[in-house]
Formats: sequence, C-alpha cells, structure tokens
Amino acid sequence: MTSPTRLWPIIGRLVLTGFLLGLVIVVLYPLLWMVISSMKSNSEILGNPFAWPTSLDLSSYGRAIDKGVGTYLFNSVLVTALSVVSTTLLSAWAAFGLTRINIPFSKPILMIIVGGLMLAPTVALVPLVKLMQSWGLYDTYWALIILYTAFRVPFTTFLIRSYMIDLPIDVDEAAVLDGATRRQTFWRVTMPMCTPIIVSAVILQVLFAWNEFLFALIFIGSDTVKTLPVGLATLSSRAVTDFPSVFAGMTIAAVPMIVLFILGQRYFVRGLAEGVGR
Amino acid sequence: MSTTQQKTFPPPGLNTPAAGTALPRRRKPARKKNAWPGLIWVLPGLVTLFLFVYYPLVLNFRYSLETSNIFTGQQRFVGLDNYARLAADPVFWKALGNNCLYAGISIVFQVFFALVLASLIENLRNERFRTILRSIYFLPSAISLTVTGLLFAFIYQPQGGLLNGLLNAVGLESLQQAWLGNPDTAMLGVIMMSQWQGFGYCTLLFAVAIQRIPREYYEASALDGIGPVRQIFSITIPLVREMTGLMMIVTISGAFQVFNEVMVTTSGGPDNSTQVLGTWLYRSGFIKNDFGYAAAIATVIFVITLALALIQVRYTNKRRV
Repeated sequence: MTSPTRLWPIIGRLVLTGFLLGLVIVVLYPLLWMVISSMKSNSEILGNPFAWPTSLDLSSYGRAIDKGVGTYLFNSVLVTALSVVSTTLLSAWAAFGLTRINIPFSKPILMIIVGGLMLAPTVALVPLVKLMQSWGLYDTYWALIILYTAFRVPFTTFLIRSYMIDLPIDVDEAAVLDGATRRQTFWRVTMPMCTPIIVSAVILQVLFAWNEFLFALIFIGSDTVKTLPVGLATLSSRAVTDFPSVFAGMTIAAVPMIVLFILGQRYFVRGLAEGVGR
Repeated sequence: MSTTQQKTFPPPGLNTPAAGTALPRRRKPARKKNAWPGLIWVLPGLVTLFLFVYYPLVLNFRYSLETSNIFTGQQRFVGLDNYARLAADPVFWKALGNNCLYAGISIVFQVFFALVLASLIENLRNERFRTILRSIYFLPSAISLTVTGLLFAFIYQPQGGLLNGLLNAVGLESLQQAWLGNPDTAMLGVIMMSQWQGFGYCTLLFAVAIQRIPREYYEASALDGIGPVRQIFSITIPLVREMTGLMMIVTISGAFQVFNEVMVTTSGGPDNSTQVLGTWLYRSGFIKNDFGYAAAIATVIFVITLALALIQVRYTNKRRV
C-alpha cells in the first residue's frame, strides 16, 4: 500500500501535467479552429463553431487568392526577402567594422547604432510620412524595405556584433597575412564563422518583416503593393459574406512562419537569447 | 609579449610561403596608420539610421510645436499648444490609462505567469516533452498580430464565436455577449488576446535563462530533501532575477507601443473604450490630419519608452560589469 506522503508528489505531477496540457489546448485549439473554419461554409461557421466541416472543401483558398491574397503574398515575400538581405548586410558590415577593424570613434558609433533600439517606430511616424512623400517613396515597396531595414539594423547589428566579438581574431589576421584584403576576409573568413548568428538574425528579421503592420498600414495605399498583414485586414473588412476565405488568407499568412519557426528553432532560440540581453 | 609574438606566426595549416614573407610588412600599416577608410564598413548602416530614424525623430519635435496639414502643406508655429490640448483631452488620458492597464496585465501574464510556467516546464524530466511544450506555447508569437487579431475577432463574435460557444457548452449562457462590441469588456478582450499571443515568447526566454542555472544547485538541494516547489521559489526565481527585471521593462515598454492588436480588433472603439496612445496617434494624424497633435502624442510615447530604455540600459550595464 502506498502511503499518503508518497502519493502527494504523484498527484502533484498529474495536476501539473494536466495544467500544461490544458494550456497546450488553449494555444493550439484557436489555431486549429482557424484552419478548420477555412474549410467550412459561411453558414457552417455561424451555425456551430465547434463542428467539423461537412466535407474537405479547400475552395476558400482559391477564392482568397483571387481576392488579393495572391498579390499580398507576393508583396510580402518580396519585401521580406529584400529587407532581410539589406538588414543582414548592413548589420554584418557594421559589426565587422566595429569588432574586426580599428576604426575611429568606434564607441560612439556603437552607441548611435544600438541607441536606435530604444526608439519605438511610432515616434518617427508623422515626419516619416512627409519625408517618404517628398522622396517619392510613398506607396512603393521601397518605403517598407527601407524602413524595415532602418528600424532593424540596430537590433541585428547588436546581435551579430555580440557574436563576432567572441570569435578569435587570429583567423582573420592569418587571412590578412595570407594576402587577403579586408573584403575577402569578411566574405571568406568572418562571415562563414558567423553562420549560426546570421541564421538567427535572418529568421528574426523574416518574422519581423512578414508580420509588420504599422508601417505597411501607413506607407502603403494601393491594394497592389499591400503586404499580407494589411491586406488581410482589408480583406476581412470587405469579405463579410465569405468568412472561410478570410480564414484561408489567415492560414496562408500564418503557416509559413510556423514552419520557419519549427525548422529554425535551434537558431531562433539562440538569437532570442542573445538579443534580449541587449 | 610572448603571446603577441606567437600570434605573428601563421597558425598551422595556414603556413604558406606567401604568409611567411608578407608577415612583418603587412601587419603594422593595417593596424594604425590610416584607420579612416575602415569607416566605410559602418557608413551604410549609419546613413540609413540617420536618414530614417534619427532625422525623423528630431523633426517630430518640431512638428509637435506646429499645426500642420500634410495635404495643404500649411504650417504654423504654435508653441506648446498641442501639448496643452493633449493634457485637456479626455481620450488621451483614457488611452494612457489603457496603456497602463495593458502594462499591468502583461506583467502578470508575460512576466510572472511566464516565469512560473518556464520553471515548471524546466522541472520536467522528459527533455523531449520540455522542448515540445516550449515550442507549442511559442507558436502564437510566430504569427502576425493581424492574424491573431482577426482570429480573436472571430472568437469573440457574439454569433458563431468560440467564446460564447464555450460558455454555452458549460451552461454559462448568461455571460454571453458581444465581447468587443461592449465598452466594458472590449479592452480586456484585446489585452487577453495579446497575452495569448505573447506569453510563450516570454516563457521561452525564461526557459533559456533557467537553463543557464547550474544543475548542481538542484541536485544538492534535492539531497537536502527540498521539494520541487520550494526549489522554484528558492533557487530558480532568485537566480533569474535579472532576466525578470529585464522582461518587466521590455514588457512595460511594449505595452506603451501597442498598436496593431487594437487596430485590427476594435480600432479604438467602441466609444474610444479601447483607445491606446498608438491608435489615438494614428487617428489624430492619419484620419483627422491633425499632424501636430499626433506628433505631440508621439513625443509622449518617446519620453515614456526612452525612460524605460534608460532604466534597461542601467540594468544591463550593472549586470555585465
């Protein structure tokens, strides 16, 4: 017979496991519901929210794409890809300059760059509208690409710098001794050594650019340039008679990031861990 | 001295004749003589930052002292008028209050709850179970707030929404309502959605911090007969104190920047009950074209977030030294 003192830890474990699994349901069920609802009909959604779809109907995805999700998807991919490339390059260059080369004013430069971390995007919003209009960037992809880059260079530089600073400089010096120029050292020696943190930086930037809403809402007016977050908001306000297509659009926006997170988890967690110590 | 000398010899494997001969001549000029060209590496980033972050920030202060209309191009210096109007604007205070409510509830869920949750998870024996739990809790943070916002707008719907359906299923029909349409529940609804989205992110960060605690502490205390609950309170929580402090500041700062969550679900309504600083700025500036006023709200956000950021910097510096 088990004594009560030995029973308590077991009960405790059961309660704990039950709680953790309950929380799993709280997190997963709404996401699952989103996917399930995309396969239902309008009346099915409004009728019983918990019911399964009567048939496996994927036509809502086609309708969503026709309603503009296809364009938004393309725009999101384009803006995300270009801003990831520019952010990573500018940040890696800056990190290289700050950690591998003796440059004048490196301390103040670092402060200026990392100081950008403190600024909320809303703070520069009003003048940015004026500037973007006068530079002719308003309502173009460039507005988003440039802003996503500018507002993320501080974080990404910080991330890459904190990794580069711990790498042994001897290998770089050896390359220089071998006759490599700085540019060659950067591309052939330092960058390959930084692969893990570059992957983290890229993943975090993809998440940011793909999900960004405020800039996309303010700097884009035309439907043809809108990215997924703003496009979906527009779609949902229009498609009151076709909820399944909104759910389909949401699924299209969510699934790539979920897949990216699962695939890049190891790097991702590392990037988060280094980033928050900022 | 000896180490510097050792460095001048190419490491094994890189010992090519070229390296050997180039050795004494190449090193010194690269070190000191002309360091200015090296600036080229940081210049592109700096220019981008100055043009699109710092310059607009400075302009914002100027605009907040003017009334300006972006479409007509008229501008007039009005001093602190916009700030005086702000102080007398009940919606501004309502918004500020909502931001504070946001911060308060976020601390409960994204700092305390996340910390306890991370402690509980890291206490589990099965490593795979730990990894899976952390990842599942994080999932909502990987998707955009727009998707979350639209999803919860559906969940909160009076008809066909999950929440009312759930209340119906457990016999609490009387509590059913249009959650986002009711000024009394709308703000809470938006905040709870935001907690659903964000708690996993914080849990993951706390988990990373907890993993840095040496296992021996737990083993030693277990030998002394200290149970898992007491371990959480006397080992885990004290040792991640710094992360907790950092997360509190990051969370509060985030609460004052809230925009997307509110914009997608309620746009500040009904009856301004869910207005936050970000949405009030948007409404003033981009719907009502009251740009000076919007710039003044931006300054308020700037002052609050800068103060928090400075506290954070002091925090981190203390920790690093």
